[in-house]
Amino acid sequence: MQAFFSDFASKFYAAFLFKDRWLQYIEGVGTTLLVTAASLAMGIALGALVAMIRVGHAQQRPGHHNPLLGLINAVCKVYVTVIRGTPMMVQLLIMSMVIFKSSRNFTMVGALTLGINSGAYVSEIIRGGLMAVDPGQMEAGRSLGLNYITTMMEIVVPQAIKSVLPALGNEFIILLKDTSLITVIGGKELLYAAQGIMNRTYEAMFPLLGTAAIYLVLVMLFSALLGKFERRLRQSDRG
Amino acid sequence: MIEVKHLKKQFGGLTVLRDVNLTVNKGDVVVLVGPSGCGKSTFLRCLNRLEEPTSGEVLFMGQPVNDKDIDKVRAKMGMVFQHFNLFPHLTVKKNITLAPVKLGLMKQEEADARALELLGRIGLADKADTYPNMLSGGQKQRIAIVRALAMNPEALLFDEPTSALDPEMVGEVLELMKELAQSGMTMVCVTHEMGFAREVANRIIFIDEGEVKVDKPPKEFFENPENERLRSFLSKVL
Repeated sequence: MQAFFSDFASKFYAAFLFKDRWLQYIEGVGTTLLVTAASLAMGIALGALVAMIRVGHAQQRPGHHNPLLGLINAVCKVYVTVIRGTPMMVQLLIMSMVIFKSSRNFTMVGALTLGINSGAYVSEIIRGGLMAVDPGQMEAGRSLGLNYITTMMEIVVPQAIKSVLPALGNEFIILLKDTSLITVIGGKELLYAAQGIMNRTYEAMFPLLGTAAIYLVLVMLFSALLGKFERRLRQSDRG
Repeated sequence: MIEVKHLKKQFGGLTVLRDVNLTVNKGDVVVLVGPSGCGKSTFLRCLNRLEEPTSGEVLFMGQPVNDKDIDKVRAKMGMVFQHFNLFPHLTVKKNITLAPVKLGLMKQEEADARALELLGRIGLADKADTYPNMLSGGQKQRIAIVRALAMNPEALLFDEPTSALDPEMVGEVLELMKELAQSGMTMVCVTHEMGFAREVANRIIFIDEGEVKVDKPPKEFFENPENERLRSFLSKVL
């Protein structure tokens, strides 16, 4: 029994305390959050752009299709289809080993891939939000003499944002966990740090459970924050 | 003021309007009636090109209504919708001032003053800073009318403005429309309110089979309907 506990303690010590290894986890968390933020920002920018193009294309009058917009729309559709139709792990490997095979900055390549990946999902979320705004709103704006872009920006988009935020929060949490995948291409985030320690101590349980616990805490923290944010949004709905 | 020539509108294979010809003069209050599905609303929406006519022509103040100048035409031809379509994320005042300010017709302060004046006229000045979801249907529709009026339009289109209202709210909206009509506003209304048509309109138009079948002043329209279909329609609604 005593042997078990002393073994337990020494493994714990090796996994977290020896040579200040906990610092490596902290550093990893920092990178994880940074990659999450960067890829989320990119995903939202890309997703908003793709969504606007696709909605703009869909809302053209029959018989008045702009060929250029049609072409861009087709590109957007291919993008969404390919990204959503292939595993993120495969995308990461292609990006690091084929497209950016000479790059040493694995973390950046990872963030870029996650951003491109997230953009496809975010575009569908935003597109849904834009399409869900009552068409009467667009008609009312246009009937006052406002043009399509102004009506979109002043009337449709602000209403869509509200309905899209919860789903975007969800996307953020998924992205936070998915950053762990960039370990496979050498991105230096939390799981990468844990694996480095595993390789030195030949002990997997503590680094992995520790990593899982850190992700869990992060996700719970952000879920709580998002929940608070949503409640506040709904309050302003009532008044 | 509004001239419609050989207007035709098809949805896919369905011909809703076959050949509509109509001239609306300045100060006219035209009420469109007809059986449901006869194309009254489609016709109204063709006037400001919310629906694009399949063929035919619409002239507004002598200018053809086409895609090129459509925003300018719409700025002068207001529309009031069945479901109000107020902007829920904006205050009542902002609902009214958004278009005049964005189109550069007025500065924000001027537009605010005009909005308050118009709201005062309908007795809703105290609602200027509330959001539309705090208002009753009748209040919403009257504010939607004010929103259209804030553009100083030459003509107003009403697409069943009272059909989505609780019965006790219908009166206040019709009252406002009546005041507008008496002030000389050119109006084209699709409505089922026969009392309003009789009292306020100077022309009532019966659309059937995609054409204007009857175009008469209210007295003749109701008392001496020659058209067989109109007689049967009136016997159902009156």
